[in-house]
Amino acid sequence: MSCTGCCADNKLKELEKIIEKYKDIRGALIPVLHEAQELYGYLPLSVQKKIAEGLNIPLSEVYGVVTFYTQFSLNPKGKYKISVCLGTACYVKGAGEIYDKISEILNIKSGECTPDGLFSLDACRCIGACGLAPVITINEDVHGRLTVDDVPGIIQKYIDKEKEAKDQEKLVEA
Amino acid sequence: MIYRSHVLVCNGTGCVSSKSPDLMAKMEELLVANGIENEVKIIKTGCFGLCEKGPILVIYPEGATYCNVSVDDIEEIVNEHLVKGRIVKRLLLGDKEAEDVSKSRDNVGFFAKQKRIALRNCGVINPENIEEYIAHDGYLALAKAVTEMTPAEVIAEITKSGLRGRGGAGFPVGRKWQFAAQEVSDQKYVCCNADEGDPGAFMDRSILEGDPHSVIEAMAIAGYAIGANQGYIYVRAEYPIAVERLNIAIKQAHEYGLLGKNIFNTDFSFNLELRLGAGAFVCGEETALMTSIEGNRGEPRTRPPFPAVKGLWGKPTLLNNVETYANIPVILLKGADWFSSIGTEKSKGTKVFAIGGKIHNTGLVEIPMGTTLREVVYDIGGGIPNGKKFKAAQTGGPSGGCIPADHLDIPIDYDNLLEIGSMMGSGGMIIMDEDTCMVDIAKFFLEFTVDESCGKCPPCRIGTKRMLEILDRITQGKGEEGDIEKLEALAESINKGALCGLGQTAPNPVLSTLKFFRDEYEAHVKDKKCPAGVCTALLNYVIIADKCKGCSLCARKCPVNAISGEVKKPYVIDQDKCIKCGVCMESCKFAAIEKK
Repeated sequence: MSCTGCCADNKLKELEKIIEKYKDIRGALIPVLHEAQELYGYLPLSVQKKIAEGLNIPLSEVYGVVTFYTQFSLNPKGKYKISVCLGTACYVKGAGEIYDKISEILNIKSGECTPDGLFSLDACRCIGACGLAPVITINEDVHGRLTVDDVPGIIQKYIDKEKEAKDQEKLVEA
Repeated sequence: MIYRSHVLVCNGTGCVSSKSPDLMAKMEELLVANGIENEVKIIKTGCFGLCEKGPILVIYPEGATYCNVSVDDIEEIVNEHLVKGRIVKRLLLGDKEAEDVSKSRDNVGFFAKQKRIALRNCGVINPENIEEYIAHDGYLALAKAVTEMTPAEVIAEITKSGLRGRGGAGFPVGRKWQFAAQEVSDQKYVCCNADEGDPGAFMDRSILEGDPHSVIEAMAIAGYAIGANQGYIYVRAEYPIAVERLNIAIKQAHEYGLLGKNIFNTDFSFNLELRLGAGAFVCGEETALMTSIEGNRGEPRTRPPFPAVKGLWGKPTLLNNVETYANIPVILLKGADWFSSIGTEKSKGTKVFAIGGKIHNTGLVEIPMGTTLREVVYDIGGGIPNGKKFKAAQTGGPSGGCIPADHLDIPIDYDNLLEIGSMMGSGGMIIMDEDTCMVDIAKFFLEFTVDESCGKCPPCRIGTKRMLEILDRITQGKGEEGDIEKLEALAESINKGALCGLGQTAPNPVLSTLKFFRDEYEAHVKDKKCPAGVCTALLNYVIIADKCKGCSLCARKCPVNAISGEVKKPYVIDQDKCIKCGVCMESCKFAAIEKK
């Protein structure tokens, strides 16, 4: 599973393709950033430089746009991206306490990632599942109607899942 | 192929989150196992509205509505209902013993008082199949407009209907179209604001997920009316299902010749592109939205010039929101007179609200303008859970305000809500009960605004921050005499000085809570008390002597040794030492500790 650098080259080629696809479209920068972030998981400076060159706009402009929008991230995200909805409906139903609990368990704040790269935490705006408030999402999974007491169990589930996968890997290697 | 049964499964975000796709997979598997996969058709639809009771599915021809369905229930539904034709009564929504099952939900207040115009197709058709939309008179209004009406006639009809913008401010739609139409230019644009940013509002998302073609059709009609051949839908990236269905819908409309060149064999051509937002609330403001489509930081521009004169890429641009567009095709088909017969004198038609917070039936409702708040909260919403008292309804999101219990009988329309210091907004309605602290809620909205302020103009960038600092102080028990007056002065300056609508209205949550709940602010500032028991810094943990058994557990758990006493006698908390961590309350086995 060790990285040989080939994926970096492949990604670069992908990025060039994305830039090529949008190059002649007006207002291309934001769609390109969206796809680039999907590719890399975040938008490091090297990627921004490449985009600036490709679209022929100043790097400062690219950086300005990246930092303006909350969806774009300068830091890598965890393997499991936890978003706590802090929309009004979730907030009046105690989402703030749920956020605090997760932050306490993982010892990270919004926008940060755990040192092992497993979890990152974000406070997000309404995801529109107000019927299930309070809601958190972990990658694509939605966990709704939560209480603070549910939180440790949910996080543990992902830790267990990861451990299982690792054990499985070891087993295969053996 | 003709099917004997149709199963409609809600695939709105709410129900998808409560695992409706798993239900569909399970049902498909069981249909095959029973050999009836060619007799029963499973259709995924948009939102039925009652997200609280999701996942919801409806089986026709009986019209049985099943709610709170779990994967384990599917076997029973297939074996009983679909194989043997017996209704699974325990899962029916509403009256489980109704003679006519299709009417079981009729007496459920949630549905009885609604009138669905903008949501007409949500939960009825498969949003990913253009033919189902066409079968429900889809694209008929576009056909009528481009083949039978002149652009001026289209605008006249919309103007006559009295439709006002559903995005929040309520500007007359016909006039907006007229302004864009009268500009002379080689290029004009039609934009759709689907950047639904109000926390707690999901009307537009539900329309896009449940009936994307209605928006596409309306945008094409608008293009014809103002003379534009290019449209953009600016949609939040946080709505992946809506984005996917819009992409499918645009593709299908092109394939059917309903978008593209020479629509209905006329000279009219219209193309549509999707642009994804990237999580900036300010992009819901029209000039900021256009700046963002252009690929820049989404900062608002000064108006005038208005977008109708100088909008996207400096060209005349028409911009309406999703719900506004969803009304357009029906108005052209049924006529302006029909539409204006619904609603109040100055607010015609219906409004979709996303009801959430401390209420039984969270979900999506569409009500005629003029329905009272009381009907919405109690008849449709089913009242407040846990026997609590209604305290306020918040409308208009971060730009709006709170409506207290005294105004429960107010008929909801644009002007009435403005008059009492709130606003219609895009349609989020959060219900709060007696356990909600109004200072805390005002602080919540200000935190939102401070976070989302784009920073272009100082009144918003600096002013809201100062207001938040004061609120923070007040909720920390450090409020000073004169703080409330400072808040009011700042609010007025921001309202007068901010560049865009969002900045100007940012102080509203504070102003409206001050108007109706000033005593709560005063209790925080003067008495250092939070009447609702929310602001932790103002609460004291107290041991109730009668209930305390003197087990000493809390004293041992207390991290700062603030609790003392003799075993088997009531313990006492030293308030000066207490850091209000709450460990004692959590550890007490006799519920003898309370916050007050």
